[in-house]
Amino acid sequence: MHGEKPVSEPESLFDKLWKSHLVKAQTDSTPAVIYIDLHLVHEVTSPQGFDLLRAKGIGVRRPGRTLATLDHSTPTLPPDAEGRRPYYTSQARRQVQTLRDNCREFGIQLHDWDSPSRGIVHVMGPELGATQPGMTIVCGDSHTSTHGAFGALAFGIGTTEVGHVLAKQCLLQTKPKSMRIKLEGKLADGVTAKDMALNIIRYLGMNGGTGYVIEYAGKAVRALDMEGRMTLCNLTIEAGARAGMIAPDQTTIDYLRGRPMAPQGADFERAAEKWLQLASDAGADFDSEITLDASLMRPAITYGTDPGMSVAIGEPVPQAATHSQAKALRYMGFSGGQSMQERQVDVVFVGSCTNGRISDLRAAANVLQGRQVAPHVQMLVVPGSESVRKQAESEGLHATILAAGAEWRLPGCSMCLAMNGDLVPAGSTAVSTSNRNFEGRQGAGSRTLLASPETAAACAVLGRVGSVADLEPAREAG
Amino acid sequence: MEAFKKLTGPILVLEQENIDTDQIIPARFLTATDFDGIGDHLFADWRLDADGNPVPGHVLNEARARRSQILVAGHNFGCGSSREHAPHALLGFGFRVVISSQIADIFRNNSQNVGLLPVVLEADQHARLLEMDGEEICVDLEQCEVSVRDADGSEQSWPFSIDPFARHCLLRGLDRFDFLNQAEDAIVAYEKNL
Ligand code: SF4
Repeated sequence: MHGEKPVSEPESLFDKLWKSHLVKAQTDSTPAVIYIDLHLVHEVTSPQGFDLLRAKGIGVRRPGRTLATLDHSTPTLPPDAEGRRPYYTSQARRQVQTLRDNCREFGIQLHDWDSPSRGIVHVMGPELGATQPGMTIVCGDSHTSTHGAFGALAFGIGTTEVGHVLAKQCLLQTKPKSMRIKLEGKLADGVTAKDMALNIIRYLGMNGGTGYVIEYAGKAVRALDMEGRMTLCNLTIEAGARAGMIAPDQTTIDYLRGRPMAPQGADFERAAEKWLQLASDAGADFDSEITLDASLMRPAITYGTDPGMSVAIGEPVPQAATHSQAKALRYMGFSGGQSMQERQVDVVFVGSCTNGRISDLRAAANVLQGRQVAPHVQMLVVPGSESVRKQAESEGLHATILAAGAEWRLPGCSMCLAMNGDLVPAGSTAVSTSNRNFEGRQGAGSRTLLASPETAAACAVLGRVGSVADLEPAREAG
Repeated sequence: MEAFKKLTGPILVLEQENIDTDQIIPARFLTATDFDGIGDHLFADWRLDADGNPVPGHVLNEARARRSQILVAGHNFGCGSSREHAPHALLGFGFRVVISSQIADIFRNNSQNVGLLPVVLEADQHARLLEMDGEEICVDLEQCEVSVRDADGSEQSWPFSIDPFARHCLLRGLDRFDFLNQAEDAIVAYEKNL
């Protein structure tokens, strides 16, 4: 039968998604128009997008493909006796009300306070099964890259583009370059997806991915569960890349089966078969290819003011090589060559769209079990969504967390960007499971060390920087 | 969006590398539901103390800062979040152009959408500009050139590249939405096959 089959060029996962969503091809002088399957909306970056609709006198083109939640400005403390939520400012309250009004006016489903699914936009989408392989997904939020864990093309957009997608369900895009990062070998015990991501960003630098969509492949990636894959793709933006993605496999399908917004029954099986065909073909072309050995990676923690500035726990703070690095060390109150382990920790935050899912809370609770948070440390544990909260409470994780002396809060972004009033005081050191350690990210003057939930919990107990390996054995439950 | 063709004026230099969007506009200023007055909060944590008073000696508090329309920043400017508040804050403060040796993807895209011109130069050209704080340069979008004057008065021009569609829209002050709107037939055709 030689020669009868049409020879098609091998394509990457990214190529396949790009091609199948082209409404209009790119030309030398104009960008492509690509179709957007799912548009996620939250209160911070949407108001001006809705204003664009009003200015033009048009509606939302596909309200059914638009899903909204409250997460960034929302308080994590419960309402008072009269049911009033403790918003940080009246402006924050107004911003939430604006989203509510916009969703009502334009017929968009909003997961408000009363929704059992409300959560951080990137935690909620996958939990509901709204995030599916083969989709294009956008949100006015850079960590939209999280959804790439399902083999979707998912990236953050600005507010003007939020308006474009609301109005036309399409975006103007110039095709980015593609990179594949193969992670071979097996992660050592106690090394998490968060550590893997921090190691990759350290290797690439915080701009090493600029202009690229990154596909993660290799044994160590296949071995991650969906929550670990989401953590990895979530942090892709911290290397400057537009999106991260992982080919769908049996792990992806098992995660999605039965989720409320995923196809059901026979439809699901048909969809799953298609999803498995999305993987990059053998011989597919990438603009850049990198292979890293995952077995060499160790639990990581950042010391500087960008996520690329990390060390393996136990390594000293590196010497500053540039003016900018010196400025970062000054801001953090570190000097080159210093041991990080000596650093007192004041605040510990477990949560965010990076590490606020159930497996993250289990990992933190596991470390806290039979131990106490050091008296000088304030520790906040903030579930990524209402579903995560309920699951955690049904497993008794909240009881372990409270017994250890940590706070158990309501779902939201919380201390990840500290716009809801959950702040790290100026000059204080926080170990955080979130994604950014920029100057002032967790409040003006705050100093952030990024790490995994395991490491963060260990630091809370130690009251200083350290790892799970440094802990005394836990007290027997009795 | 205001059109941009050519601008001659003094540059303001912020040498720091990897200036992220949390520095450009800290998160606590994101609760507003419009962009009015956002320029007053540009680099708030660098420029202003805890009481909101100007930090003495900071370059952004010099009188020339508000007059300068061209910002030259260290390598990899605008990394971090997708907040469009960042280019709006720069525009609101008075900048029309930001120059670096690398500019983050989403920030660049947002800038082009709101009328702030992002210019990426070669490392050695960029390094030259970092040494020229306060000196006059010319940014010409029609020619896609940045020109500087040497000590002996002779002029040097460096070409830069920019997405041709972004250039087209900036030169004419066009709203990209109109282009998207013209794709309506193609969108309808695509949706038929969904
Ligand atoms: S948790 Fe942090 S990074 Fe994630 S969406 Fe919220 S603010 Fe953004």
